[in-house]
Amino acid sequence: MSSILTKLNVGAKSWCRASHMLMSARLQWQTAATLSSKVEAASKTLFGSDNKDMSLRLPADFLSPEEQMMKDSVARLAAERIQPYVAEMDEQSAMREDVIKCLFENGLMGVEIPEEYGGTGSKFFMANIVIEELAKVDPAVSVFCDVQNTLINMLFVKLGNDQQKDKYLPRLATDTVGSFCLSEAESGSDAFALRTSAVKDGSDYVLNGTKIWITNAEHADVFLVMANADTSAGYKGITCFIVDRDMPGLSIGKKENKLGIRASSTCAVTLDNVRVPSSNILGEFGKGYKYAIEMLNGGRIGIAAQMLGLAQGCFNHAVAYTQERKQFGKRVFDFQGIQHQIAHAATQIALGRVMMCNAARRHEIGLPVVKEAAMVKYFAGEVATHVTSKSIEWMGGVGYTKDYPVEKYYRDCKVGTIYEGTSNIQLNTIAKCLEQEGLI
Amino acid sequence: MSGLRVIVGCKRVIDYAVKIRVKPDKLGVVTDGVKHSMNPFDEIAVEEAVRMKEKKLASEIIAVSCGPTQCQETLRTAMAMGADKSIHVEVDAATYENLQPLHVAKILAKVAQDEKADIVFTGKQAIDDDCNQTGQMVAALLDWPQATFASKVEKANGDLTVTREIDGGLETIKVKLPAVLTADLRLNEPRYATLPNIMKAKKKPMAKKKPADYGVDVAPRQSILKVEDPPVRQAGSKLDSVETLVGKLKDAGLVPS
Repeated sequence: MSSILTKLNVGAKSWCRASHMLMSARLQWQTAATLSSKVEAASKTLFGSDNKDMSLRLPADFLSPEEQMMKDSVARLAAERIQPYVAEMDEQSAMREDVIKCLFENGLMGVEIPEEYGGTGSKFFMANIVIEELAKVDPAVSVFCDVQNTLINMLFVKLGNDQQKDKYLPRLATDTVGSFCLSEAESGSDAFALRTSAVKDGSDYVLNGTKIWITNAEHADVFLVMANADTSAGYKGITCFIVDRDMPGLSIGKKENKLGIRASSTCAVTLDNVRVPSSNILGEFGKGYKYAIEMLNGGRIGIAAQMLGLAQGCFNHAVAYTQERKQFGKRVFDFQGIQHQIAHAATQIALGRVMMCNAARRHEIGLPVVKEAAMVKYFAGEVATHVTSKSIEWMGGVGYTKDYPVEKYYRDCKVGTIYEGTSNIQLNTIAKCLEQEGLI
Repeated sequence: MSGLRVIVGCKRVIDYAVKIRVKPDKLGVVTDGVKHSMNPFDEIAVEEAVRMKEKKLASEIIAVSCGPTQCQETLRTAMAMGADKSIHVEVDAATYENLQPLHVAKILAKVAQDEKADIVFTGKQAIDDDCNQTGQMVAALLDWPQATFASKVEKANGDLTVTREIDGGLETIKVKLPAVLTADLRLNEPRYATLPNIMKAKKKPMAKKKPADYGVDVAPRQSILKVEDPPVRQAGSKLDSVETLVGKLKDAGLVPS
């Protein structure tokens, strides 16, 4: 342990100016100490390891036997129950009912919901495994599952009072889809400039406004709507309201005709004098902005898992093709130029995966992940863009047709650099974290 | 009638989706680092046993696998699907290469006797050797009735009514218990191991045994001489009429001219 700290000290000295040197070293010191004790405790819970040294040496992408079994199970389910319908769902821009049912029946929509509410009772890393394996087959199905698990379920689990948890969690685990409503026409990246208002009227709130780009809206029965209930307080008036689909005044707009992840429904959600009891406030009044920021950390790691699964799935298809297609008397794969590109792509995916696993484990044991989540989401989006683009090239003409699956991955990946925080926003966040850590 | 006790044989085989490659020494296929999973027909047998338990026809399901340590993964999958406990009969990798259905049948027969089983259920055949022998041999060793290639299993009083898939179509027979059943493809569609069941499977008991514990000698009775790829498929040719076809068959000496 002390040798690691010495190395950190030395590293800090050689990189930072004198005034920052001590502060950054101390920060890294603190982080390392917190890390080691938390990781020890965590690895005991995760892997049953009592060995202090072991806990510091487990690779980030190490899976417990249960996690490996779950990964195999989801991979099989995706290959058998989802793969046959991917092209059809994309063409029709519609998710099949039996696919949705299959996800619920196998507990994939309630991975982190505690068992007493009918959920699977597992942890964040497991949800990421599910999201990644689904994305290898269909990124649209993956995001459908991701929003439910990382945003909707987590908001209820972490912030719900007993009545709210009893009412919604069992439904979310078995048959109810949820949507997270934050973005508006005039507020995307500038999320806290949202204008949906919640005006108090007796013991109720009346909500007015229009949300756009809402994932799952077509199938959702419960909506978590971020509305400002105290405009004089600026963004500190933003409050999270639970709105049921059948509440009068709520209407869902038509599905967007998107470039990619077409099977995932994206609609406008309009609230026209929707009356919501104050018991439907999730968490505390005026803390909506805080919840959005915190939940989106986990959400970002989930999107990174989706993007990396997408990249891997696309890569697998394309490389398999290069190992069969022959030109000039040898397989396309046998040309060194192609091998270099393939190796580069595989390395990028592997790097992204390790980052994603690391961020997910940190999040699971309660370590701060703001920087890591931003980094991995940004990186994964770049990797997916690069790998899908190259995959089409490796496959040549057939890669450009809809008869082969790679063009769909190419279209799907673009949204990864846009939703749940654009790449530019992620870069801003990373820079801010670096400044706070005293490294710039 | 109290619930039936069911033994299910689960073989660990190379996954059906993997492209098989012959080893350079031509004495077998490459298994190192290759994805393995439960024999699909055995999965169907496990699924049927679990459904029988859900219908309260069966009271306990014991999954059994013979082979090296990795077979424990296969047993864990069986328990994640709903088997109550499992028995791993350890056979080292070298001996396993020459383990034959007769060896496994002897072991399963002994397990069935020890566990006082009412049903021994296996897949109709393993997808690696396609032997289609183990179930039948177990029945002979135990002197039990057998219902193989089952596509439907129902209980009627003290017997089982089994619909079998045979060359001529479907045959329905009645077998007295205890009996041996082997599962065919259309018997059911196995469930996926869900996470709660995977977690529950962790706590289920897995006994570790050796063939000697059952008094079975697994010394090889045969040796593999050669393993080869099937010949590369030659292209066929399209003909324009029946006459041309008959002419070609006559030329090839396949039809008397």
